[in-house]
Amino acid sequence: MKANIVNPKEDLQTIREIMERSSKFVSLSGLSGIFAGVCALIGAAVAWFFIFGGDNISIDDFLQNPAGFHNMHIGYNLAMDGLLVLGFAILGTVYFSFRKARVSGRKLWTNLTLRLLIHVMIPLISGGIIIVVLLFRGIYDLIPSFMLIFYGLSLVNAGKFTFGEIHHLGLTEIVLGLIASIFTAYSLLFWTIGFGLVHILYGMLVYFRHEG
Amino acid sequence: MKNPIFDLQKVFESRIRLGIMSALSVNERLDFNALKELLELTDGNLASHLKALEQQEIIIVSKQFIGRKPSTTYMATLYGKDLFRQHLEALERLINNH
Repeated sequence: MKANIVNPKEDLQTIREIMERSSKFVSLSGLSGIFAGVCALIGAAVAWFFIFGGDNISIDDFLQNPAGFHNMHIGYNLAMDGLLVLGFAILGTVYFSFRKARVSGRKLWTNLTLRLLIHVMIPLISGGIIIVVLLFRGIYDLIPSFMLIFYGLSLVNAGKFTFGEIHHLGLTEIVLGLIASIFTAYSLLFWTIGFGLVHILYGMLVYFRHEG
Repeated sequence: MKNPIFDLQKVFESRIRLGIMSALSVNERLDFNALKELLELTDGNLASHLKALEQQEIIIVSKQFIGRKPSTTYMATLYGKDLFRQHLEALERLINNH
């Protein structure tokens, strides 16, 4: 960093840049979004073809009367499927952020990263708890909707600390979640759109805008 | 008409001090190492500018221990924030007048 010489234009540019750099997490990679989207599509395909398809079970029947399927472990298989998708998506995000930070010579773990994570975790953990409650009460048809809504709220929170696209991604997920709560028969479809397609689209957007 | 450079603050003439104030106006508090990495400065250089800002009550310093490690954090004072805002407005006026 150079010192001195009054040059108002450069001064203001420096100020803006330092404000950005010290308050925005820029190591988030669009590739994380694309990867998470692909994981979600695979997870949805597993649910569709193996968990439901294998036994020829109609999703609608299951959502309407989950108690009748208890002996078939469908709820358990779906939860495992979802957790695996979540696990791989998180691993991918950590990996791609780490890579982006290393390439640009930044530290990944800073005060800002911690603050971002805390703000992401508040709605995410609240949502996680509600979903466990719904699971135990056998109210399965609202689960995909709640996942989308609480995840969307997390992203809206995260948007304050990183690229503006994340804010809009969050809003998109919330809207999809609200629609899914009305048309519960299609909730797996909305889940697939929200966590799969929308992730891939926004991932590409972030990638081409900030990494291209 | 008011002279546009009237509000330029002598204390912010240095780019480094501008950098410190920029960071402290969007972060409530920052520690020494965070500032150092952000502004890419050496310890001595950063410390001398922080000292100058502290002496003029533009920032306040608080020292505490996190476990056994001492940690020094910096915050902008209300007076400091006000002065910084005036300086920014003066810079903007300068640009608009040219």
